[in-house]
Amino acid sequence: MDNHASYKSLINIWLFLIFLTVVTVGAAQIDFGALNVLIAIFIASIKAGVVAYHFMHLKHEDGLTWIYASYPIFLLFLLISFTLTDMFSRVIN
Amino acid sequence: MGIFGITSKLIKSIAYPSEMVPSIEEDDGHHHFDAVTEHEGAKLGMWLFLATELLLFGGLFAAYAIYRAKYPEMFMQGSKSLDVVLGSVNTVILIFSSLTVAIAVKAIQENRIKLVKIMLWVTIICAAIFAVNKYFEYTYKFGKGIFPGTDIFYSIYFAATGVHMLHVFIGMAVLGVLLRKVYKGKYSKDNYTAIEIGGLYWHLVDLIWIYLFPLLYLVG
Amino acid sequence: MSEEQEKNYLDNGEGFRSWFFTVDHKRIGVMYLWAIGVFFIVAAIASFLLRAEHLTPGPTIVNADTYNVLFTLHGSMMVFLFIVPGVAASFGNFLIPLMIGAKDVIFPKLNLYSFWLYLAGALIFMLALAAPADTGWTFYTPYSIETGANVILITFGVFVLGFSSILTGINFIVTMHKLRAPGMTWDRLPLFCWAAYATSLLQVLATPVVGITLLLLIGERYFGLGFFDPAKGGDPVMFQHFFWFYSHPAVYIMILPAMGIVSEIMPVFARKPIFGYKAIAYASLAIALISFLVWGHHMFVSGQSKLVNIIFSVITYAVAVPTAIKVFNWLWTLYKGSIELSTAMLYSLAFIFLFTIGGLTGLFLGALAADVHLHDTYFVVAHMHYVMIGGTVFGFFAALHFWYPKMWGRMFDEFKAKIAFVLIFIGFNVAFFPQFIMGTLGMPRRYFNYAPEFQSLHVVSTYGTWIIGIGFILMLWNLMRPLPGKAPANPYNSLSLEWSMDSPPGTFNFDDIPTVTEPVYNYGTKIEEGA
Repeated sequence: MDNHASYKSLINIWLFLIFLTVVTVGAAQIDFGALNVLIAIFIASIKAGVVAYHFMHLKHEDGLTWIYASYPIFLLFLLISFTLTDMFSRVIN
Repeated sequence: MGIFGITSKLIKSIAYPSEMVPSIEEDDGHHHFDAVTEHEGAKLGMWLFLATELLLFGGLFAAYAIYRAKYPEMFMQGSKSLDVVLGSVNTVILIFSSLTVAIAVKAIQENRIKLVKIMLWVTIICAAIFAVNKYFEYTYKFGKGIFPGTDIFYSIYFAATGVHMLHVFIGMAVLGVLLRKVYKGKYSKDNYTAIEIGGLYWHLVDLIWIYLFPLLYLVG
Repeated sequence: MSEEQEKNYLDNGEGFRSWFFTVDHKRIGVMYLWAIGVFFIVAAIASFLLRAEHLTPGPTIVNADTYNVLFTLHGSMMVFLFIVPGVAASFGNFLIPLMIGAKDVIFPKLNLYSFWLYLAGALIFMLALAAPADTGWTFYTPYSIETGANVILITFGVFVLGFSSILTGINFIVTMHKLRAPGMTWDRLPLFCWAAYATSLLQVLATPVVGITLLLLIGERYFGLGFFDPAKGGDPVMFQHFFWFYSHPAVYIMILPAMGIVSEIMPVFARKPIFGYKAIAYASLAIALISFLVWGHHMFVSGQSKLVNIIFSVITYAVAVPTAIKVFNWLWTLYKGSIELSTAMLYSLAFIFLFTIGGLTGLFLGALAADVHLHDTYFVVAHMHYVMIGGTVFGFFAALHFWYPKMWGRMFDEFKAKIAFVLIFIGFNVAFFPQFIMGTLGMPRRYFNYAPEFQSLHVVSTYGTWIIGIGFILMLWNLMRPLPGKAPANPYNSLSLEWSMDSPPGTFNFDDIPTVTEPVYNYGTKIEEGA
């Protein structure tokens, strides 16, 4: 493998992350209403995915590591969705 | 020593399990297990640890989701009061430090020790700049009479960034220990597990911030 | 090296340092065993005081405040210092490498650090006794924010203990993935290891959530954060959500290893292959996965919304399925077996009986309508103790007897052990069955005082604890006085790997890593020497 090319690709990935940071800051300046949060989370997730896949070498890891990398995200989703559901379906006396 | 010393010891013990059991190594060639298993095991162990870290922050993200849904106005106002420029600068710094750690890992695999040293130094300096910025942010808030507990938004802000800050410090300690050992010549292309999993830990610090930054600074 | 020269793990080094700084998984397991044993006894003493207090309505031996402290002490010590780390860390450490054919766990030093963290957590926990908490083991807000007791120290202790349990979990998971001996495929892995794997999964993935919850509680008291404080716009029910997100899976951290122990003992003393190996193995994992989905059933009367109550109630029934699968498989293992009623087997059989009662009453509590009536009554107390004592502690005692020869290299007196078993079994039912009745009649839990009509049931229950106490002392006394002579390597003709070496094992377990060629529970399918 050409080493310099791979260093270069790391730097390219970094530039892409910076680009996304600029996009997310820019998008926040425009008022999309409730969409703003979703856009912010969406872009953050792309960034996080890129960091995990390239910088953290998830692309070279086996299925087991993928499972343990993604399962906590599912659990977090459970925690948030159940507590939110509770919060918004309560009847306030 | 304290918590940082303990953490770096823990990471070391994940990275070099067999180094820790000399008696077994010396036992007429009865190796506990081979280097590949050691490397693979260390990485899996670290990923599991990162899973726990993610869920540790998970509680804060859940609290954020709940209270943001409950008090949208408060979060708008609170978010507007945060310094977007400073936050953005810190984001760029942290992402840059992620790059330098990634390069350091790549470099050690190619035995380019000098490059490893430079990259680890840069990473630690980036972390320090991040910390200094945060210090100014906090003191500015305190000056304006805003503390944890002022309202729910600031409680989340201080709790989340505070716990994150703690991880920045732990990461700095870990990288510092690694750097010292690089100077001692401990690592090479055949022996870089510690740098790789130390790097994984640092990337996690970055990952958390990637979410904290837009959620706290940008949704106003 | 020759057999004579190699020292067993107990003889290899003497004195404090050789234990406290050891990386030998067997020694670490034994140290855990001693530590949790001590905390178990202290917490048990607290429970005897609690029961004695209930001999009469009103003050009997302690006042109301002391009573609150005692039940907090009993609950939190039993949960955080004994039962959560207990079986997994002690027998898990001792057995997993032996069972999978490895020389140690994959991170031996980390294993030692986990133990130190456990001790540190326990120490912090003990320091908190200077101003003992009176919140109950659940630390519910807002009371835990307001009380003058030392909540910060005790929760920080629990936090450190959680860290210890996370590291142990990581260690076990990676060990089982990376260090299985050649031929030890997943479908040959002993069921205790499967159970330990599921337990570790829960330890790793659930504990951090309680970690942050307790940190936030500390922040609440220290900085006035306000997440759980309604006066500041916070929500106390959110604390319960976060707390039970961990603490319900934690219930399975407590019970799964005991299920693993029973799965090991059943086939040995029924001389039959375990029935439904895969079903039991996958049921362990299914429990680990589903247990994350049911935490809200602890909160049916906490002001949680009706919709969420119903959802949680329905999912709660799902978790009973894998549990029932296990029970039926154990029963089928016994069917037409050649059953030998050894002490370990007796405890295992009692486990099935008591755990079934505990599990079924759990279903009553999972049913939304019934729970509203039974919530926070002695019915819950009885249910929980049937699962935790009838399940976990009986499983733990079964393990103590079953692996006694392997662990200590000696045999114990079976007859006295059986008498102790009978006393504990009878005492347990006398102590806790009346509590089901009391609970149904409306006796609330954690109350210092009670209405006079409950007195007879309370007195029966208290007498029951005394019978348990006598049985326990007899058991302990018997185990402390092993029979003369060395234990054989494999006293039960068991087929799993840990019995293939000397009792007690040498420091490095296996001279050569064995190669596994057949399933673990092949009993009765080949000629057994000496059987």
